[in-house]
Amino acid sequence: MGFWRNQLSGPTDPAADAAWDRHEPRKGFFTDTSICIGCKACEVACKEWNHVPEDGLDLLSQSYDNTGALGASTWRHVAFVEQSSERIEQARESGRRLVQLGMPSVRTGGEPALAGGSTATATLAPPGDVRPGDVRPGAGAGPGPTDQAVPDLRWLMASDVCKHCTHAACLDVCPTGSLFRTEFGTVVVQDDVCNGCGYCVAACPFGVIERRRGDEGHEKTGQSHGISIAGAPGTGSHQNPPSYAASNGEVKNVGIAQKCTLCYDRLGAGQTPACAQACPTTSIKFGDLDEMRATARARVAELHELGYPEARLYGVDDHDGVGGTGSTFLLLDEPEVYGLPPDPRVTTADLPDMFRKAGYAGLTMLGLAAAAFVGRRR
Amino acid sequence: MDPKKTLLSWPVVRQLRSGDFLGRGPAVTSARTRELEPRTSTADKVVQSVCPYCAVGCGQRIFVKDDRVVQIEGDPDSPVSRGRLCPKGSASEQLVNNPGRQRKALYRRPGGADWEPIELSTAVEMIAQRFVESRRRTWQDHDEHGRPLRRTMGIASLGGATLDNEENYLIKKLFTAAGAIQIENQARI
Amino acid sequence: MQDLSNADCIVIQGSNMAECHPVAYQWVTEARLKGARVIHIDPRFTRTSATADKHIPIRAGSDVVLLGALINHILSNELYFREYVVAYTNAATLVSEKFQDTEDLDGLFSGYDDELGSYKPDSWAYASNDGEGESPGTIGGPAAVHEHGQSQSERSAGDQHGSGGPALEHARVLRDETLQDPNTVFQILKRHYSRYTPEMVAETCGISVDDFDYLARSVTENSGRERTTAFVYAVGWTQHTLGAQFIRTAAIVQLLLGNMGRPGGGIMALRGHASIQGSTDIPTLYNILPGYLAMPVAGLHDTWDDYLGAIGNKEQKGFWANADTYAVSLLKAWWGTSATAENNWRFDYLPRLSGAHGTYQTTMAMLDGQVEGYFLLGQNPAVGSAHGRMQRQAMAHLKWLVVRDFNMIESATFWKDGPEIASGELVTEDIETEVFFLPAAAHTEKSGSFTQTQRMLQWHHQAVQPPGDCQSELQFFFELGRRVRELLADSTDERDRPLLDLTWDYPTDEHGDPDAEAVLAEINGRHLAGDKAGQPLSAYTEMKADGSTDGGCWIYTGVYADGVNHAANRKPGREQDLTALEWGWAWPANRRILYNRASADPDGKPWSERKRYVWWDEDQGRWTGHDVPDFVPDKAPGYRPEPGTGGPAGLAGDDPFVMQADGKGWLFTPKGMLDGPLPTHYEPQESPVRNPLYGQQSNPARKVFPRKDNLWSPSGDEPGADVYPFVFTTYRLTEHHTAGGMSRWLPYLSELQPEFFCEVSPELAAERGLENGGWATIVSGRAAIEARVMVTERMTPLRIAGRTIHQVGLPYHWGVGRDAVVSGDAANDLLGVALDPNVQIQESKAGSCDIVPGRRPTGEALLRFVAEYQSRAGSTVMTGNELRTGHPESSPASVPDTRED
Repeated sequence: MGFWRNQLSGPTDPAADAAWDRHEPRKGFFTDTSICIGCKACEVACKEWNHVPEDGLDLLSQSYDNTGALGASTWRHVAFVEQSSERIEQARESGRRLVQLGMPSVRTGGEPALAGGSTATATLAPPGDVRPGDVRPGAGAGPGPTDQAVPDLRWLMASDVCKHCTHAACLDVCPTGSLFRTEFGTVVVQDDVCNGCGYCVAACPFGVIERRRGDEGHEKTGQSHGISIAGAPGTGSHQNPPSYAASNGEVKNVGIAQKCTLCYDRLGAGQTPACAQACPTTSIKFGDLDEMRATARARVAELHELGYPEARLYGVDDHDGVGGTGSTFLLLDEPEVYGLPPDPRVTTADLPDMFRKAGYAGLTMLGLAAAAFVGRRR
Repeated sequence: MDPKKTLLSWPVVRQLRSGDFLGRGPAVTSARTRELEPRTSTADKVVQSVCPYCAVGCGQRIFVKDDRVVQIEGDPDSPVSRGRLCPKGSASEQLVNNPGRQRKALYRRPGGADWEPIELSTAVEMIAQRFVESRRRTWQDHDEHGRPLRRTMGIASLGGATLDNEENYLIKKLFTAAGAIQIENQARI
Repeated sequence: MQDLSNADCIVIQGSNMAECHPVAYQWVTEARLKGARVIHIDPRFTRTSATADKHIPIRAGSDVVLLGALINHILSNELYFREYVVAYTNAATLVSEKFQDTEDLDGLFSGYDDELGSYKPDSWAYASNDGEGESPGTIGGPAAVHEHGQSQSERSAGDQHGSGGPALEHARVLRDETLQDPNTVFQILKRHYSRYTPEMVAETCGISVDDFDYLARSVTENSGRERTTAFVYAVGWTQHTLGAQFIRTAAIVQLLLGNMGRPGGGIMALRGHASIQGSTDIPTLYNILPGYLAMPVAGLHDTWDDYLGAIGNKEQKGFWANADTYAVSLLKAWWGTSATAENNWRFDYLPRLSGAHGTYQTTMAMLDGQVEGYFLLGQNPAVGSAHGRMQRQAMAHLKWLVVRDFNMIESATFWKDGPEIASGELVTEDIETEVFFLPAAAHTEKSGSFTQTQRMLQWHHQAVQPPGDCQSELQFFFELGRRVRELLADSTDERDRPLLDLTWDYPTDEHGDPDAEAVLAEINGRHLAGDKAGQPLSAYTEMKADGSTDGGCWIYTGVYADGVNHAANRKPGREQDLTALEWGWAWPANRRILYNRASADPDGKPWSERKRYVWWDEDQGRWTGHDVPDFVPDKAPGYRPEPGTGGPAGLAGDDPFVMQADGKGWLFTPKGMLDGPLPTHYEPQESPVRNPLYGQQSNPARKVFPRKDNLWSPSGDEPGADVYPFVFTTYRLTEHHTAGGMSRWLPYLSELQPEFFCEVSPELAAERGLENGGWATIVSGRAAIEARVMVTERMTPLRIAGRTIHQVGLPYHWGVGRDAVVSGDAANDLLGVALDPNVQIQESKAGSCDIVPGRRPTGEALLRFVAEYQSRAGSTVMTGNELRTGHPESSPASVPDTRED
């Protein structure tokens, strides 16, 4: 059962498992929330590129977050968390415990310390010999063994996205073949294949994938749009489109499951996903997963050295319930604080055991899946 | 439909042929997926531009297909912005393509309850006439001490910080020649 | 912008950079990742604070106390960069003995004229002894006879001088380089700020002594030969009744610490619109002509000679001495062959000012029925300007209004959807204003240049044709000018000559759109005579006053050198060093850091290897470095001019501030500021506290408008001040743009911040019964508006003078209309009109209000609600409008109570 086991849990190469003969290095995001400024450029750039419609005009009264959660029409979501010193101290404490447990791995020698500036420093040829980085400010936040003072207040911001799990439950339960593993190791919905059955929605341990609702899904469609023109009844050309439409005025794929594609189309042309390209501070980085994780480890080690023991990584454990994720996050508190499950587990991880007990039940299931696909083809 | 193609593309056959036994990879890709190309690659041309929102001056690349803007994103060549954009800059494509954008000239007559359509050229001619008439009516040759003023206080303008230098230049030049001095923009607001 | 990454410490104050300039903030992020310390000083804890090393909350409008205390700290503890200060600033210069400080006069400088409410700056002049003995009036004294204070104000207004200071009569000054003479600027500065202590900061700004100490140490330890500190500001500093002085205070700090003209130093102004810098350089502003040449003022500049004497004296040092060449070239560009030496280059074609004609004065003139026609060009005053009600009422008095925009902004629909229609104050059918809405072309639909916040011109190329009736402003105004000239073609009236003689012939494309590059070429200027006739000028130093050159904006000369559009230069940044001189073109002369001669020591050597930027190359006999040197290229550091030499030749080899009339950085401004030669703390127009430093409560030279529709809350301990007990401040969010014309119509931006909200502390929420997500009504002396409530610990109650001061935060993006994707009450409706005297900017950043739970009344009840507050506060038209306070002789004028009106 070895084949089946690492097909559904544990460390593996998902693109190879999906039978891509020649495939690219696995791609992923590294979201460094310690330098996120909460500008939401990622949300807009994503929507603009992917023609994702507007997703509601409600004021949520949750700090500056009016997006709420990931969903069919929200593929990037920036969370805002305001914390007082007591909570910050708790985050520090939980971070220290993680370090004592040996997680995440300590920085290995020679890795770049300044992950945040990695794209920047490449182009940074300072005029002459001005290299302010050479010397730390005498008064400044110099590295030291002691932790930084706990501030009275902090405001965490973090851009969430599909995790592109190593073992993606959404994909494993999809009966139509709409969801597939790309040659980049990412997980993508083919909206021309999806029949809207919704199995993936229940399967995702992160609540990422959803079916797109139509007009009825919107309780509020904003103000009355369009202007009236005397003597020109029914002048449709001046009417604004419904507010939930994409920038081209269309709402497409109603009823179809939708989520981040990691800009599969752009990746195919060697381009950076829209969100990472826009991110003003490089809080969202994109690249080969190995490199992203190395950068993430280096950055968390650096933050520990700078006196921020609360820094930790999320999604880098290949032995977790989803086999690690393609999206790596550097967090400054426990995952729940950001609305992330602390111990995500795909339902399909248990399938191998079921196989052993139920013989060929798995193959039967696959047969059903194929049938469903044919059925959809009409 | 081509029966051979149908047979070979039947998922089970494709799964077996490709080794993708679980149907999670190339075997299940649709034709559309396989032919996917980003509109940044299929654009007819790419034009270098500058973000129209704040004064940082981030570089933008405008992708055009069939004489229509299909994508606006950051220009990695820019030493100021290095390809990055904020949410407003990232929404620039919606700014220019938004179906709600006004594309027609409109007119509201004095006391009117609503807008009326108007030909653009008619509107410009009416504005030119009003410009000349208001200027004539409100002209001031001298102040109370007999010093020259050569101006009108009857025509004012507000705005310019969102416009091009060349546009501001023509506005200032025309207004000053006309003696209209009450020109202001966002710099003071 | 990129240069911020060279800083060792960055103080962001009066700016919310991460939210309002997120992409520029990458350079702050980068500096921080390289070890720089970032401090954010702001009334609110914002997204900038969240990503800084430290946030220091401050009471809105008290910044001069904090910065003044920093100056005091630097001087008292001898932490200034002595060599820089002595050589490059006017610290050693002697000031007239007639000068009296605010410390001597309880908050006034010498020269205040009670009757006019403004200063005569004569006594602020440098001391001098050029033959007539000590005659302080000689330098800096006004040359022209002025008949009233208004004219004098016009003449010496600071914003007419762009990158340099105003004219001084000549370059001879007295200096004491030991800095010991009591009349040196240095000693005056020391005395002036001696009471600006950390304790005063705690008492006035609400900043603890520890936090002040942190700031002071961070800034001083990161300045000097090896290190530099940068300041970053935006409209949080400018939009005050002494806004220009806020920036002056920071300039003093930076000059004392030796951070001007050096990498990672300086004061970065972050501006808010794509070409707001360009529209200041080539001004759609009333008081200046292109290149910061003054608009002529009746009574001051009646003749060409008067004008020339005022814009640049030949005897002063620096490049302003050549202002005649700039002015003649401009007039030649506008009136072509018609402009000759005999007719003074058509100087008389220029209209004359007679006082301030800013947007608020114009608004009030509309209410008085003096303005017939109004053009709105991508601006939405019904939402974006102070006192929205006054703005909308004023527009209802116009005969005709032209709105050019992308969308049906509230200023285009006020006559049917405005709040005054809802309240019954205006009736649609009674509004006689004719309104033209003309759709505008977007940046993708036209070619042209924007000048960004660091003076860099960048060309945007047309990508597509504008849709429908959409037109560029270039095309619209070209066409308007063409038609106006046609209508006047047969006129024999002298007044029409300036229009008919105007050069107005630009090549157009097949759609009638003028060629923007042809306009840029005119702005750049040309040789009109000699071998090079017809060729573009390469530099403004080629301009002549004899009519042999033209050029529409001298500071832009060089952008079209050799017939190449350098604004379109686009060598990728990664192929250049950080300065990136081959990307775009920065005025003047493609220089990226102004006054960069100061990055080298007096001998021309870099102050340190680490901060090397521009230096003297002995072998080449030239200045060189990473930027275009801001200096005469071959003038050696040791050069000393003959005494009395004017113009650029008068600059010594160690006078780095080449646009200043004495070549020095001005700690003390003998001329150019209308409200004092040194920044002094005054309370905002509306303030819950008394000025702790002086009897004089607010800036005595500010511009006030005592009107029934512009009532103020009583301040300090005046009776009625407790009716509006809280401070409100207005600001922007990342997700929207100014008055919303380019964001509230976009679903992708609207959904991110869909509703108007107010930010309050949990303490204030408890005190007033406000609930997160609920509604609140905010009322000021002018208006009442409603907003959703955001209760957040990011708002900090401050202890000021022994009591708690609460601040209410109000983003101002929303407006009342029916066409936008999202709408709401406009925060700017709360504001009144009181202005900074130097630049006529309104005080938007600090005002007094009350806040109560629930939605506001509607209809006529809303008006009664506002009036009831005014009545309880006892506000009269003179409340807050007494310019001079705290002096027994200036008892409040008795003015009839007009509240009931």
